[in-house]
Amino acid sequence: MLNATLSELSAALAARKLSSVELTQLCLERIAQLNGELNAFITVDAARSLSDARRADARRAKGEAGPLTGIPIAHKDIFCTRDLLTTCGSRMLANFVSPYDAHVIEQFDRAGAVLLGKCNMDEFAMGSSSETSHFGPVRNPWGRRLVPGGSSGGAAAAVAARMAPAATGTDTGGSIRQPAALSGICGLKPTYGVVSRYGMVAFASSLDQGGPLAKSAADLAAMMNVMAGFDARDSTSLERPKEDYGRSLNRDLRGLRIGLPREYFGDGIDPGVRNAVEEATRWFESQGARGVQIELPHTKLAVPVYYVIAPAEASSNLSRFDGVRYGHRAKEYSDLTDMYCRTRAEGFGAEVKLRILVGTYVLSHGYYDAYYLQAQKIRRLIARDFAAAFERCDVIMGPTSPGTAFELGAKSDDPVQMYLGDIFTVPAPLAGLPALSVPCGFDGKGLPVGLQLMGSYFSEAALLGIAHRYQQATDWHLRVPNDTPL
Amino acid sequence: MTGWEIVVGLETHAQLATRSKMFSGAATAFGAPPNTQASAVDIALPGTLPVANAKAVEHAIRFGLAVKGQINRRSIFARKNYFYPDLPKGYQISQYELPIVAGGEVKFFVDGEERRVRLTRAHLEEDAGKLLHELSHGMTGVDLNRAGTPLLEIVSEPELRGAREAVAYARALHGLVMWIGICDGNMQEGSFRCDANVSVKRAGENKLGTRCEIKNLNSFRFMERAIEFEARRQIELLEEGGKVEQETRLYDAERDETRSMRTKEDAHDYRYFPDPDLLPLVLREEQIRKIETEMPELPDATRERFARQYALPAYDAGVLTASRAAAGYFEALVKAAGVDAKLCANWQTGALNAALNEADLPVSESKLSPASLAGLLKRIADGTLSGKMAKEVFDAMWAGEGGADEIIEKRGLRQISDSALIEKLVDDVLASNAKQVEDYRAGKEKAFNSLVGQVMKATKGKADPEQVNRVLRRKLSG
Amino acid sequence: MSLSHDQIRRIARLARIAIRPEESEAALERLNRVLGLIDEMRAVDTSGIEPMAHPLEAHLPGGQRLRPDQVVEPGQPQIYQSVAPAVEDGLYLVPKVVE
Repeated sequence: MLNATLSELSAALAARKLSSVELTQLCLERIAQLNGELNAFITVDAARSLSDARRADARRAKGEAGPLTGIPIAHKDIFCTRDLLTTCGSRMLANFVSPYDAHVIEQFDRAGAVLLGKCNMDEFAMGSSSETSHFGPVRNPWGRRLVPGGSSGGAAAAVAARMAPAATGTDTGGSIRQPAALSGICGLKPTYGVVSRYGMVAFASSLDQGGPLAKSAADLAAMMNVMAGFDARDSTSLERPKEDYGRSLNRDLRGLRIGLPREYFGDGIDPGVRNAVEEATRWFESQGARGVQIELPHTKLAVPVYYVIAPAEASSNLSRFDGVRYGHRAKEYSDLTDMYCRTRAEGFGAEVKLRILVGTYVLSHGYYDAYYLQAQKIRRLIARDFAAAFERCDVIMGPTSPGTAFELGAKSDDPVQMYLGDIFTVPAPLAGLPALSVPCGFDGKGLPVGLQLMGSYFSEAALLGIAHRYQQATDWHLRVPNDTPL
Repeated sequence: MTGWEIVVGLETHAQLATRSKMFSGAATAFGAPPNTQASAVDIALPGTLPVANAKAVEHAIRFGLAVKGQINRRSIFARKNYFYPDLPKGYQISQYELPIVAGGEVKFFVDGEERRVRLTRAHLEEDAGKLLHELSHGMTGVDLNRAGTPLLEIVSEPELRGAREAVAYARALHGLVMWIGICDGNMQEGSFRCDANVSVKRAGENKLGTRCEIKNLNSFRFMERAIEFEARRQIELLEEGGKVEQETRLYDAERDETRSMRTKEDAHDYRYFPDPDLLPLVLREEQIRKIETEMPELPDATRERFARQYALPAYDAGVLTASRAAAGYFEALVKAAGVDAKLCANWQTGALNAALNEADLPVSESKLSPASLAGLLKRIADGTLSGKMAKEVFDAMWAGEGGADEIIEKRGLRQISDSALIEKLVDDVLASNAKQVEDYRAGKEKAFNSLVGQVMKATKGKADPEQVNRVLRRKLSG
Repeated sequence: MSLSHDQIRRIARLARIAIRPEESEAALERLNRVLGLIDEMRAVDTSGIEPMAHPLEAHLPGGQRLRPDQVVEPGQPQIYQSVAPAVEDGLYLVPKVVE
């Protein structure tokens, strides 16, 4: 049952083969068994989850169940939850209980889903390995000495190890897709504005977007049907007609034009990754799709541009953590300024502080034009690259990450090494485009490889349909990690 | 101070008249217990987001139209970053490079002479909270009720010459924002407050001197004194061979002086950048046109119209258009009274304004409605009341004793204008005062006054003395 | 472009982050590495290119969505202040602010 897809679980609940309380118990037991080693969850409140489950069972008994009613969902600890800690992986918020629920949490609550727990993550979502958490690193179910990717690494590990049927995450520069790839599961970053950011602790506001992590494309679609939706409290939330993200799951692949960016298959990509991705694109071609060579000439600049814009916005977004109204406050200080400086020095970890300093610098007097404004201009060039590409193709395919899961600590000393691994995931959020990652094989070390699909604005359903067809013909997404057998 | 020119520019913060805040749905009412009007957005809880108030945007458009500024169809909210306990997000959402209003001008009068000052810009922003320093244990308290209140910051060009001109402009601006209904103008509550940039230069010098900014001037009296003090300080400093340092100063009303605020070394690196939570503010043409058609007649136009339409002196027209309420009162009064407009103007600018001042009431809360004051003016115009009697009736009406006619009746104040009755009374007085009549005819003018007094006494003072004079003279000379 | 100790101190001060002297060297080295990375984009010719501050600019030509002027969010000091480090009589407390 732990390996079942959302639709299978939904069917089992509907047929009364299983109650939500039983399913939740199964998940809680699995968490109890594995979380000590994987550290995927920061907070699990079994009583609260079971109470959600009982409510879901009662709702089902009244005949008011929806597709996700009674299904336990894990949430990245960046989504504010009332009555439950929301730490964002930081000492700054180690004891913070939000007085309100995020829009995404409300949406799952309305759908009758069970809140299974809050997942570990890179501190304030800043990282690509889930090592910067104040609560210790998350470990990859495919190898305990490996990182699961980040920043939604706890959510990815929870789904990969079958502790949770599905999870929510957030993606700013790849934080859903990259951990999905490195942990052998699926993840979708929607078009900017599709999922409300209200109640999602902000990292970089013009890039942040919530999205699902799950075992299959069909499950991502089911999650999106709950997560997406207009929210008046986020002025960037888009007012669009309600859509069924699963409506194109049986899409015909014939005639599909697959853009293959030259820059995504060049040097610096692990051969194992390249082989798996190329094999996947060949499968699509075998199904009547057509590979089109395209160029995204500003790809190489995307990482530098991202590491100007994201820290700039973050430096400002994280100013509210000042020890006055909530969160950590230093015990000893000489005056107000000293209180600020010590509070923030103690409350934030090294990577967060580094990014705040970078962001402060690029916005400071005399450097704004050379860094921040220049980055925003190249951001437009990157968006134009995509616009031109989508004139020639329907979907862009390539690797999600240039490598597979790496060892803990391997990139900790050099931030730039870590950042360069984001090269294929930062372009889509810079342009605001939807993109997803699905497992497409393994490298020589037996570690999962992710295939990334990027589409034009609001093409989520089409991307999910293309991925679903692939998953009907392959079983990469069904592989259970060796280290966490069922 | 001779040989020096004083140059002032004002930055005015007008709190916009809205129910809810600039970026949150919390109330803006003044005087609530601490932090009871600070919502999740206002206290900057993690994950909260700003959504701008449409009414505040409309008010800014109204202002732009009133000062004939350029209303930017696309403007940008930017973040001004600095740490201070009254600023919960660690940044203020304001407008920087692209404000909603650019340019424009405000007309005002100094000693009856018209002046104009150009505006640099007007932009939308949010207010900060309040700090309370007098806590017993040496801590500072933070109240965020005011945090997020919508403000329009109106920046004038530095072309006001001296304190009086600056104050005259500020008063005109104050009147204007209230006139167009975008600000309640309550200075005690901080709804309208100014920062003054003051510099001095030698007469004839073209280059502006180094300026000092005086913060938070919340009364016109303090503004005048603060600017005067600051200009004098700078002149004395320069005459002694010193140099003015660019700095922010506070006016201390008790000591009547400005003093330097502790300077923060990073105060000038606000790291402005476009707020990534907010897309550009785009205004639609039809939205602006709609607001334009709903705009009231502006004070300048009303003043000119009053002078023309009602044949009023410029002074009266100015006083009657000091506020939209005053102008509205006047037009209602003229309409209800149906008498000479000048009579209406005299009574509104005279007795009524004096009574309002005395009671410290705005005209909108006048104890006499235009209709009831009109009732009094009608009785003046038809000769029922003499001027002196009318003032007595006015005072009684103000004291709440009833309408004009009611008081006239009750107090028996009706002026006797029945000429037959007066003729008869004069005849009676002449008949019974033969001696005085003789004295008068012998050239003793004093005797005439005595006869008038007798007639007036007989009417209990209710006759028109002029009429009595006229009848007496006729009869005596006949 | 490489930063000096003085510059990093100034930036840290702006960001209100205390850096202990023993951390300074490592922080400076990491910061300079990142600046080395982002410097790669400075040479690109972007003349005539409009900066793109937001990915939705192209999709929402009507600009930001506004909110009707309604009071819908109550202040809830008891709830909000339950997570505050120091409060008294409804006020948040901070070390004495000197003006």
